[in-house]
Amino acid sequence: MIDVLPQPRPGGRSLRGRLASLRSDWPHHLSSARGALIAFGLFLAMFTVFVSEHPAGFSRNVVNTAANKGALLALVAMAQTIPVLTSGLDLSVGMVFVLTNCLASTLMVGNALHTALGVAAVLVTGLACGALNGALVVLGRLQPIIATLATSSIYFGGALWLRPAPGGGINEEFADFMTGSLPGGIPVAVVLLLGLVLFGWIPYRRSVIGRAAYAVGSSEQAAYMSGVPVARAKFLTYVLAGLFSALAGLLLSCLTESGEANAMLGGSYTLSSIAAVVVGGTSLFGGAGGAVGSIFGAFVLRTIGDLLFVFNMDPLWQPLFLGVVLLVAVGLGSLRLLRVKNRLDLFR
Amino acid sequence: MAPLFRMEGVTKRYGGVRALEDAHLACGQGRIHAVLGENGAGKSTLIKVMAGVVRPDAGRMELAGAPIALDGPGSAARAGIVSVFQELSLLPDLTVADNICITDPPRRLWKLIDRRAQRRLAEEALQRVGAGDVHPLAQVRDLPLSRRQMVEIAKALARKPRILILDEATSALSSADVEAVFRVLKQLREEGLAIVYISHRMHEIDELADDCTVFRNGRHVATFTAGSRSPQEIIELMIGREVESVFPPRERRALGEQPALAVRGLSWAGRLKNVDVTIRPGEVVGLGGLDGQGQRSLLLALFGALKGVTGSVEVDGRPISLSSPRGGAAAGVALIPEDRKTEGLMLPMTVRDNLSFAALGRLGRFGFIDRKAEEGAIAEMIGLLRIRSDGIDGPVGALSGGNQQKVVIGKWLMTRPRVILLNDPTRGIDVGTKQEIYQLLRKLGEAGNAILFYSTDYAELIGCCDRVLILYDGAVTGVLEGEAINERNIVTSAHNLALEASAGGGPA
Repeated sequence: MIDVLPQPRPGGRSLRGRLASLRSDWPHHLSSARGALIAFGLFLAMFTVFVSEHPAGFSRNVVNTAANKGALLALVAMAQTIPVLTSGLDLSVGMVFVLTNCLASTLMVGNALHTALGVAAVLVTGLACGALNGALVVLGRLQPIIATLATSSIYFGGALWLRPAPGGGINEEFADFMTGSLPGGIPVAVVLLLGLVLFGWIPYRRSVIGRAAYAVGSSEQAAYMSGVPVARAKFLTYVLAGLFSALAGLLLSCLTESGEANAMLGGSYTLSSIAAVVVGGTSLFGGAGGAVGSIFGAFVLRTIGDLLFVFNMDPLWQPLFLGVVLLVAVGLGSLRLLRVKNRLDLFR
Repeated sequence: MAPLFRMEGVTKRYGGVRALEDAHLACGQGRIHAVLGENGAGKSTLIKVMAGVVRPDAGRMELAGAPIALDGPGSAARAGIVSVFQELSLLPDLTVADNICITDPPRRLWKLIDRRAQRRLAEEALQRVGAGDVHPLAQVRDLPLSRRQMVEIAKALARKPRILILDEATSALSSADVEAVFRVLKQLREEGLAIVYISHRMHEIDELADDCTVFRNGRHVATFTAGSRSPQEIIELMIGREVESVFPPRERRALGEQPALAVRGLSWAGRLKNVDVTIRPGEVVGLGGLDGQGQRSLLLALFGALKGVTGSVEVDGRPISLSSPRGGAAAGVALIPEDRKTEGLMLPMTVRDNLSFAALGRLGRFGFIDRKAEEGAIAEMIGLLRIRSDGIDGPVGALSGGNQQKVVIGKWLMTRPRVILLNDPTRGIDVGTKQEIYQLLRKLGEAGNAILFYSTDYAELIGCCDRVLILYDGAVTGVLEGEAINERNIVTSAHNLALEASAGGGPA
């Protein structure tokens, strides 16, 4: 065993100590951010090819459109990430997204005050949907996959009830602002994502309850034994998933300026959100990964479609490429199984 | 001085099984209290009660004179009772520093975790237990077992306990690490902590303990000052029960000449060390020793469930491949697994399907199942094992534990194995079924099978086996035969006492 006499560990106040500790730390920081970095690199490469091939090039319009499409999935993927970290799953994110879209198209109209109240109502609805999911999983002890499959039907029913036929509308000024770009060409959707990461995700990750989510996903039993608030942490992940899905529904309403109870749309966003989470380096077994990776994962998935468009390829290639990207991402994730010594561990 | 912690009349039952009965324990400040007992004596339940993991059916606990009720590990931690468990309670995906501070991380602005302070705490705790070589930002998953155990101890210390419980906390450590941990424990004793120490290693208890308490069959047997009794006397206290005569009489019988199973130089991942086993046809060989000394790994390795096993295994003189359980089964090796619910049975499927799964190759023709042959073989098994079930087409999950275990055994007997490996087959089974299983073992032996039998119950080894191999730290350290198979010998060699006396220290 590598047992050595206790040595003073670098990391004191001296500059040299700081530098030494930085040098010994970076491999650990890098390995924890690896999934997100790979997704970011993949997105950067694909997006570079896309804008260089696009007839309009790196124009404000091209960037804005790509950002809006990507942000929509990125928000749903962030929602999905949080329960997945606890080794749960939320199959209702897509339907909460559709439900809040329908709600927004009826409430977010009229003057500024009216619209603001509408926004608040939409977000509260998202929270309530998430709270129901969380209650079923934590208090009802149902398996997340079946509990959220059931509630997703309920939420879609709500959407149909609100808007049996596509239509409605929302405050145009608000919609234009949300889908436009700031002076300097930065899309508002990107600013929204950045704000959510800085003031939502990072504080959550650094909080006791956020760390508890990681702990639960890593080993629920060990987390309980360590006095971690297991039930509260799990409940909150579903509530946050509802909130982020509602934000996505809000953005969708701003893009389409109408509401539609579209089952196909909800289903495809749910599945794509799981794909984005995996591409972004979050393990479906829980405990490792994060929402930042999922954002890049979502942008990777969206850019695939754009690439096929600029290369004039048949849209029927899109599912195939999507599948290949997913398989490669998942394959990288299971490389660790090659190191397993006890074959029975493969099944645990 | 009044003890810091006291429990009285604590009782805990699981179903009909008594895990603890009227247990009492008192721990004083600044003292190390060793708790001793055989496997299954109730030590683990005892400390789980103290740690708030298990809620007792009856009894009361006092901390510093005031009664306390624990409703979870969190409330025990807040009361200052911290335990280092045998099954590690670390979170593999989190960093070492995150793990050490998981219960109550340092916080600052907006209650967010102060990562710099957390890291400093982690470094101090690691330094203190002599694990300064562990990087606080490393993922626990990437650390070797001995380092994880050190992190576990550091984690316990970082919680500033008043009462520290260590359950087999040194089992995976090198002797240098053990020394470092002992230094810390002695220092903590000076600082006035109450320490509860559970270990199977006698010499560790000699070195550390101030008081000793012996448990047996869930009951408190004796409490005495360390050093007032000899190791032999302590072992008497630990055993001290009559062996019930539930075993079929032993008969002299002729064993085959050619070994049915010959294992040479079997090693695996540092947990099995150069194991040799030879079993002749008709022989029942037992595996003894303390829990977790490599017995389970040996059976799994022979069955082909482990990867990277070195050494040779021959069945009837023919070398067999250890690359998968299918290969093992084809060569005539059957394993009755330890956990019937996950490794032995498909609970929702019928008794019929479960019985014939492993033997489908023998019962089939051109890939189709020969229903007639299957019917016959199943009827034979049900008769042989006296499986009671309401028809063989009901789900196996509806049977009693004993009958489920018979189905597991029957499933493997249907493959007509040559070598039968049994992994603690009677755990959690009623006495009647146990007796039937002992008789079955005898019958299988008479039929000329080679049987390797691991049991945590020493009485079973004595009652059933022709020969007993004692494992310690992954190696065969003792062989008992004939009259020499008695409880005293098994317990003595299981604690590796003779060996320790000559080596003068713990295993490296």
